Amino acid sequence: MSEKRKKPGAKRYLGVIIAGAAFLIFILILPTYREKSLSMMAYQAKTMLLVIPPIFVLLGLLDVWVPREKMIKFMGKGSGPKGSALAFLLGSFAAGPLYGAFPVAAVLMKKGAAFFNIMIFIGAWSTTKIPMLLFEMSALGKRFALSRLAIDIVGIVVIAWAMAAALGKEEIGKIYQNAESLE
Amino acid sequence: MDTIILYLAAGIGLGFSFFKDRKKTKSALQKALKAFEGILPQFLVVLILVAITLSVLDTATISRFLGTKSGIFGILAASVVGAITLIPGFIAFPAAAALLQNGAGSTQIAAFVSSLMMVGVVTLPMEMKHFGKRAAFIRNAFAFVFSLIAALFVGWVVGL
Repeated sequence: MSEKRKKPGAKRYLGVIIAGAAFLIFILILPTYREKSLSMMAYQAKTMLLVIPPIFVLLGLLDVWVPREKMIKFMGKGSGPKGSALAFLLGSFAAGPLYGAFPVAAVLMKKGAAFFNIMIFIGAWSTTKIPMLLFEMSALGKRFALSRLAIDIVGIVVIAWAMAAALGKEEIGKIYQNAESLE
Repeated sequence: MDTIILYLAAGIGLGFSFFKDRKKTKSALQKALKAFEGILPQFLVVLILVAITLSVLDTATISRFLGTKSGIFGILAASVVGAITLIPGFIAFPAAAALLQNGAGSTQIAAFVSSLMMVGVVTLPMEMKHFGKRAAFIRNAFAFVFSLIAALFVGWVVGL
């Protein structure tokens, strides 16, 4: 979970205040929509507040218990399927939005993880996170979530492979050099 | 339901964690709380926007633009919106579920969810900083095309 960019409270809630004001104006001007929008909001809030707490507990637990340092060691060149599987797990057990993965990827590159594994890691982070999968199952249905997971696993591997092929050794070398210079 | 599975998983995890290391468990809970507070503003904004949007758009309108019959245009529109927006999954899923219940098609919603997660137009500058321009562009292009394929697959499975 990224701790940077903590804006002060009032500023962070500015959007909420604006949206809330807009909502008030909306139901005052157009009372026909009042009932429907209020019941929609209550329903959404209820569902989300019911489902969100266990997800965040799971994310917190993963953050604390997954031994990142140890996993990174086994993701180097020639680590084979085991290294890729670890990269996949590392991404799937992560927390936070995709942009949180880029700095971690840079650290992985510095520590010598293979480029294919880095791309697997990025792919997994973006789309196969386990607490999110549970949430997706409850919101959109098991069939939806599990079929998406299945095709995503294929897609992650294909994209990683295609990236490594499309960029070529020289460009990948440059990316690694660039990662060294970051921070 | 599935919510019970979530609570069971969290409960069992917490139990194990507490048994093994109380301090770590405490910091996990603190992190959970902090993360929740972190998304709360966004969560509330989306909640309000969804309430307004879905009260104005009736089922017929939603299914015209995002329904099964909206076809390839609906799929493309949904994935473009997904690629551009930057919403965490726990906020997007309930909104997507609401759209589904109100007449959107599974393929279109899958296109939105997939490209939302894999493609990041807004975060492209950050990605370029770490991977360079070319790699970042290529990855997002691949991810966009793939999210269309994934959507077709999910739509097919759900419709079986």
